[in-house]
Amino acid sequence: MSTRRPEHRLPEDELELVSQQEQEAKQQYRHHVYVCVGAACLSAGSADVQARLEAEVAGRSIAGGCAVHGGGCRGLCVAGPTVTIEPDNVLYGQIKPDDVADILDNLGGQPVERLHRPTDKPFFMRQQRIVLELAGKVNSERIEDYLANGGYTSLIKALHEMTPAQVINEISRSGLRGRGGAGFPTGLKWRTVAKAEGDVKYVVCNGDEGDPGAFMDRSVMDDYPFRLLEGITIAAYAVGAQQGFIYIRAEYPLSVKRVQNAIRQARKMNLIGDQVVGTSFNFDLKVRVGAGAFVCGEETALLASIEGQRGQPRPRPPYPATSGLWGHPTLINNVETFANVPAIIRNGAAWFAGIGTEQSKGTKVFALTGKIAHSGLIEVPMGITLREIIYDIGGGIPNGKRFKAAQTGGPSGGCIPESHLDISVDYEALAEIGSIMGSGGMIIMDEDTCMVDVAKYFMKFCMEESCGKCIPCRVGTAQIYHLLEKITQGAATMADLELLEELCDVVKHTSLCGLGQAAPNPVVSTLRFFRDEYIAHIVDGHCPTGICPLQTPQNAIEES
Amino acid sequence: MSGVVTLKINGQDIGAHDEESILQAALDNGIEIPTLCDLPGLSRIGACRLCLVEIAGNSNLVPACITPVQEDMVVTTDSERLQAYRRTIVELLFAEGNHVCSVCVSNGACELQDLAETLGIDHLRLPGLHPAREVDASHERFILDHNRCVLCTRCVRVCDEVEGAHTWDVTARGIESQIIADLNVAWGDSESCTGCNKCVQVCPTGALVDKGRSVGEMRRRREFLPYLTMMRKENGK
Repeated sequence: MSTRRPEHRLPEDELELVSQQEQEAKQQYRHHVYVCVGAACLSAGSADVQARLEAEVAGRSIAGGCAVHGGGCRGLCVAGPTVTIEPDNVLYGQIKPDDVADILDNLGGQPVERLHRPTDKPFFMRQQRIVLELAGKVNSERIEDYLANGGYTSLIKALHEMTPAQVINEISRSGLRGRGGAGFPTGLKWRTVAKAEGDVKYVVCNGDEGDPGAFMDRSVMDDYPFRLLEGITIAAYAVGAQQGFIYIRAEYPLSVKRVQNAIRQARKMNLIGDQVVGTSFNFDLKVRVGAGAFVCGEETALLASIEGQRGQPRPRPPYPATSGLWGHPTLINNVETFANVPAIIRNGAAWFAGIGTEQSKGTKVFALTGKIAHSGLIEVPMGITLREIIYDIGGGIPNGKRFKAAQTGGPSGGCIPESHLDISVDYEALAEIGSIMGSGGMIIMDEDTCMVDVAKYFMKFCMEESCGKCIPCRVGTAQIYHLLEKITQGAATMADLELLEELCDVVKHTSLCGLGQAAPNPVVSTLRFFRDEYIAHIVDGHCPTGICPLQTPQNAIEES
Repeated sequence: MSGVVTLKINGQDIGAHDEESILQAALDNGIEIPTLCDLPGLSRIGACRLCLVEIAGNSNLVPACITPVQEDMVVTTDSERLQAYRRTIVELLFAEGNHVCSVCVSNGACELQDLAETLGIDHLRLPGLHPAREVDASHERFILDHNRCVLCTRCVRVCDEVEGAHTWDVTARGIESQIIADLNVAWGDSESCTGCNKCVQVCPTGALVDKGRSVGEMRRRREFLPYLTMMRKENGK
């Protein structure tokens, strides 16, 4: 009996074989237990739960067999650590190591009532998952599991059946726009890089997710980094790049570890490297770790950082598409943008374009945080209303409090008040009311939140994260912050408010990069919808929510 | 390929080489645009934002120092809005550091002072931030006074691009940014500094000065500046 030697098989058959072997290996077990090993669940103790599960499974005999896997973010971070039982699709939440025995006792039977989190609830039913379609269903550290779930079929399809121009056309027709926040048409960007002159080209993935309260990209990088790699590799093929970099912020050590592991495994499978899956396409990928500066999420600062320079933006044009890394044409996209690509190549542009609104196609991942019952990670079709996100998916405001505002876009965004709850969540509608889609941070605030205090928080963030290169951002943000501090201390006058608005205008229109240009947004937006709160602080010497420690003459008398 | 384009600046018809910046084309035709970080001979960084101009059909303001001229471009350099922005930016600088002209060695020969005069700034509406900053007098011939630094980075660039020493750089970020020698050592202890004094000559304020000068006595050898362009050309940069 002889077996065919591996090198006689075509590379794609080789991958198919790996996928089949993985599927067969999995079929040997009746039950598969996925323990979420995302950052939120890990910090809630999921590593202990996984260790206990592995020990218990090894120590008892389970009918049909049981395998334990790390991986499986379901997005319901509020219920972490979570455990998913497949193929029964049973979700358990807030698991302690001592709950493990009960879970294993009930495998295949009725779910354990006290731990069960039914998945037929709006939190799950109202979502539409494209970027996160396999999240919760694959092992975060095994490329075999990703392959067994249909991973890398899009890359093989692109390399074998499509020309680079066809790939770009597909992305263009899908209507995909940059998920980093600004919403630039992805296909247009790819075409510009593809057409740029030069033999050396780069692809860069922006994983410097820095907005307070935002953890969408982290989830993709932690939970199934293979998806990101596949998207980047397809992009590199489309624009003709030979080298790629994934820039990950240093504060995400787990992402760095998982992405590096994924790159190693992909290289072993010849999914990156020389002659990718037997074609003439060569592509290599490296991780670059940031050094803690928020401004390095700005593309030109990010490129400077990769080059080893101080992470400072430079004026555009020239855009990175024509002159990027070391002066070569460079495609730079966000993590979520790349993670959309395999689904578009697999299902076609028309399918993707059928989701969302006229101008904003597909879905958006949001990190839902703040005063909301179900905080966590959600993916919704563009055009969903804010009300549906907050009350159906998010489960409303806890403790019977009243909704006050939602903040999107972090320090570059704005707030959306109750009167705009029915707004369609898409690029244009959000911009129209002075907020932005942003990268996906969505902070829900209830009636106890002081909007001046919120504006001050974000301005402090911008002041501390300004790179210091241009004057309006470096000094303007500091002056605005001090004015806001004066207001929250009850020491400001109406002339200060006028000055505040003037400075916001100057910083917005004269700053060098997006950080400075957008820094006044939280102030401008709260002034637009909650001006009376500013006036209450200044004129009445009173913080309507009682958050700000006003030092008015009245307070001073009462204190003494 | 080099050609000639025609454009309008402040209503005036102007011819220029298509590789020139708006700033260069304006200066050649006697139209002044305020600048601070820009210095002929050094790389252009578009950081001070004082030379921002309006271009018809473009909703964004653009820095004249690094924006090339284009055929039929219509540029405005002195609108009321621009002048107001420039005044605020210069005010921001005055409020940021500790700029007390009456006790400054560069009084009467200071570009920040000149800007204030040109823009008609006679008082500050913004509160001074009065930061606690240090003076580095460790070098035997020069002084670095951080109180008077406007972070234009001319010193950083001249040291790197012309002298080739790269003694100066910027540390920290935002309002905490500061010029440092080497890896943040006292200037006098710097191993890379050649003592060429180019940084002192290009400093627009009283931040980098010769030792032993009293109030208003610091004078820079401005004739030194045109040679920068020549030196850089010879360097092939």
